[in-house]
Amino acid sequence: MDGGKVLAAFLGIRTEHEGFVDIIPLGGRYFPQPDDEVVGQVVDLGPSHWLIDLNAPYPAPLHATESPWRVEFGETSKFMIIGDACLVKVLSVDETKRVQVTMRDRGGRRLSGGHIVEIGHSKVPRLIGKGGSMITMIKDFTRCQAFVGQNGRVWIDGEMNDMVHAIQAIRMIDEHAQAIGLTESVKGYLEGAYGKRGA
Amino acid sequence: MEDIEHFEKEIRLVDENGRRIDGRSLDALRPIKIEAGVLKRADGSAYVEWGDNRVLAAVYGPREAHPRHLQDPTRALVQCRYNMAPFSVSDRKRPGPDRRSVEISKVTSEAFANVVFREQFPRTSVDIFIEVLQADAGTRCAGITAASVALADAGIPMRDLIASCASGKIAGQIALDLNKEEDNFGDADCPMAVVPRTGEIVLLQMDGHLTEDEFDRAMKLSMGATSKIYEMQKDALRRRYAVTALDEDDASEVSP
Repeated sequence: MDGGKVLAAFLGIRTEHEGFVDIIPLGGRYFPQPDDEVVGQVVDLGPSHWLIDLNAPYPAPLHATESPWRVEFGETSKFMIIGDACLVKVLSVDETKRVQVTMRDRGGRRLSGGHIVEIGHSKVPRLIGKGGSMITMIKDFTRCQAFVGQNGRVWIDGEMNDMVHAIQAIRMIDEHAQAIGLTESVKGYLEGAYGKRGA
Repeated sequence: MEDIEHFEKEIRLVDENGRRIDGRSLDALRPIKIEAGVLKRADGSAYVEWGDNRVLAAVYGPREAHPRHLQDPTRALVQCRYNMAPFSVSDRKRPGPDRRSVEISKVTSEAFANVVFREQFPRTSVDIFIEVLQADAGTRCAGITAASVALADAGIPMRDLIASCASGKIAGQIALDLNKEEDNFGDADCPMAVVPRTGEIVLLQMDGHLTEDEFDRAMKLSMGATSKIYEMQKDALRRRYAVTALDEDDASEVSP
């Protein structure tokens, strides 16, 4: 706010909705919010915690008690090692931006196999689509398992060929997130690759 | 030395019609071209052509500040590295930081520390890299202008962009945006960076001597120029997303 004028602090697209002005960011880094479900990567181990990189400025500790396993002191490496990917939920973010994550929640687990694709976190809603339509379409066509983290990391698992197509489709969305008719062009790409097999 | 003195007497920086050696009037900027988002790996980037200056800026962050003892638990650091390529000047420049580039890095990072919302990202750093590929006087202004666009491109929350321009004194007259010859053989050079929305000055340096009146006139020239540069910066950011953003029904305006 400045002299009665509302100004945006970052670059984005202005939208007006029911009397509210909103800025959809065009870029920027991901900042964890409580309850976000994200794809993390283990970057360090402690005797009773793992340090998880969330694609945010801060790595987040995952305490052994927040994991789904019974971890003895000093035995964290038996469950996850550096480089492993996992599905975690942001438990809390305090005012100094210290982040804690948990796996003791629906879906929280270590991810084995598959690929991770990174897209801009601001494009996550576009990739998911209205009511999950876009990601469901990609999953249906490629028959891959996929999980889209709020941090812009997407985990995909399936046959190698299918994953290549899924990654290609996700890249398309990342590059053309603001374009009109994106769903149609992604659908066109997938139909080109698979014929009309999906939804 | 004798040769240079001779040359100085010979060179006429301003002719009788008030035209400078490159044909500009005293209050004209060199042609400026700004392009945003030129690098794929950086979080934000920009390329500026400013007369014969060629400057590339890349921005990373906010990311965890290293070394860790530099971290500030209450706000982000704004770190800058200004670097000139060995081939950027007519004599080969010895690569690596020198007194001048350390100084420019310092004043640039301090200028940007004024506009970035640092409190939002405790313990992190925002890293700005300015690479001068070709220099023709006024590289710090071109660098700041590029870095500002790169910061916005990186989606970093800021109070405003920073626009920067120099003015100085050549052949006894106040002129805007000195080029290399004018900088070398002129009487004074005064680079300045402003926050155009509020008119705050975040960088002001001077090399040479100006009287108070001359200084005021130089400031006025620079201020006028920065508002033009500000528009060019915003234009560059709009162009960066124009192809896709303007397709959207509700994409009415790109801010800031």
